[in-house]
Amino acid sequence: MSNKTKGQKIKLTLPIEEVMSPGHLACQGCGATLALRYTLKALGRKTIMSIPACCWSVIDGPFPYSAAGVPIYHCAFETAASTASGISHALAQLGQDNVTALAWAGDGGTFDIGLQALSGAAERGDNVIYIVYDNEAYMNTGIQRSSATPHGAWTTTTPVKHYKRGPKKNIMAIMAAHHVPYCATANIAYPEDFIRKVKKAKNIMGTKFIHLYAPCPTGWKHPPDITIQVARLATLTNVFPLYEIDNDVYTINKKIQKAKPVSEYLKLQGRFRHLSEKEVQFIQRTVDQNWKRLLKLEEAFRNEKN
Amino acid sequence: MSKKNDEKVIVIQNGDDMPSMPASMGSMKINKTASWRSIRPVIIEEKCKRCMICWKFCPEPAIRPEDPPVIDYDYCKGCGICIEECPFDAIVSEKEGK
Repeated sequence: MSNKTKGQKIKLTLPIEEVMSPGHLACQGCGATLALRYTLKALGRKTIMSIPACCWSVIDGPFPYSAAGVPIYHCAFETAASTASGISHALAQLGQDNVTALAWAGDGGTFDIGLQALSGAAERGDNVIYIVYDNEAYMNTGIQRSSATPHGAWTTTTPVKHYKRGPKKNIMAIMAAHHVPYCATANIAYPEDFIRKVKKAKNIMGTKFIHLYAPCPTGWKHPPDITIQVARLATLTNVFPLYEIDNDVYTINKKIQKAKPVSEYLKLQGRFRHLSEKEVQFIQRTVDQNWKRLLKLEEAFRNEKN
Repeated sequence: MSKKNDEKVIVIQNGDDMPSMPASMGSMKINKTASWRSIRPVIIEEKCKRCMICWKFCPEPAIRPEDPPVIDYDYCKGCGICIEECPFDAIVSEKEGK
């Protein structure tokens, strides 16, 4: 891709190389495609991916074509992490240290079905980067609830009258409990932050985990043009705070001085349309509690290290 | 990136045409997704400040970071993220098929 500059010099905040090609089969305004686009910008072409059943196994396109631009291993639903472990061991045997093994799974393949493989890889300390792009339900198969679905959300298996009750699984706490060298949350609305985290993860030995927030216009019932706005609001309302855990030290990357009320984030999405005022207040309280907990964690672990 | 190989149409008629390695043989660039579009984003050159935010947030990616940015209408699906995210309102939506 050429970067012609006539008058002023164009400053780009992201790497210019496009590894992912257009023509893929994602819906309009898909957050998951942006997610992989940024990931491959950070990792470059020397990457081998393993993809379980998730949106990306469809977005990538039918054989013999591929949109990703890097080798992809389509594996079984449970095995994203263990396949990537195998790839990483094979690369080590071949002496190809500059190639990254990337496990790329959706929230269903991570929070529910792939959890034991991920836990195993994290315990063994295999040299893989595991990125979960979290669109908070099984979007590929038709918006069924997963354990990443937040409280109050509509899905096809939790219809309006029986909307999901119960919190979202805290995957970051699970990964932090494995004491992996690096885990972080990221959001597609903050690509510079995300690319910095992926590049940092690339240079660390061991299992690295990134929890990436990627809205899905089809499943969340919002217009495709506000995908970035919804993603940004998730961080600005503290629903999805950006932080990293580097060798058990918590660092919050984006501290919001005055967080917006969660109702601003909820009202944009059709999946929360049925919520009563009481429910919205309940969600607000949960978000505030989680945020306070995170602030305390940051403080506690920092003092412990010093 | 070689342009020639990128848009190659691959025909597999029998087993001999299959790849020897489990790897894809071509890019999805052969799949022009322009027909998905119902609105058409158009960049107004005078208003554009070359911040490249449209390029940054294009999920296809169908915007090239040139001066001014160029929208590739072969692939643009018309999601409207660029229209929404442009801080200078330099991208307007036009109805497709006028």
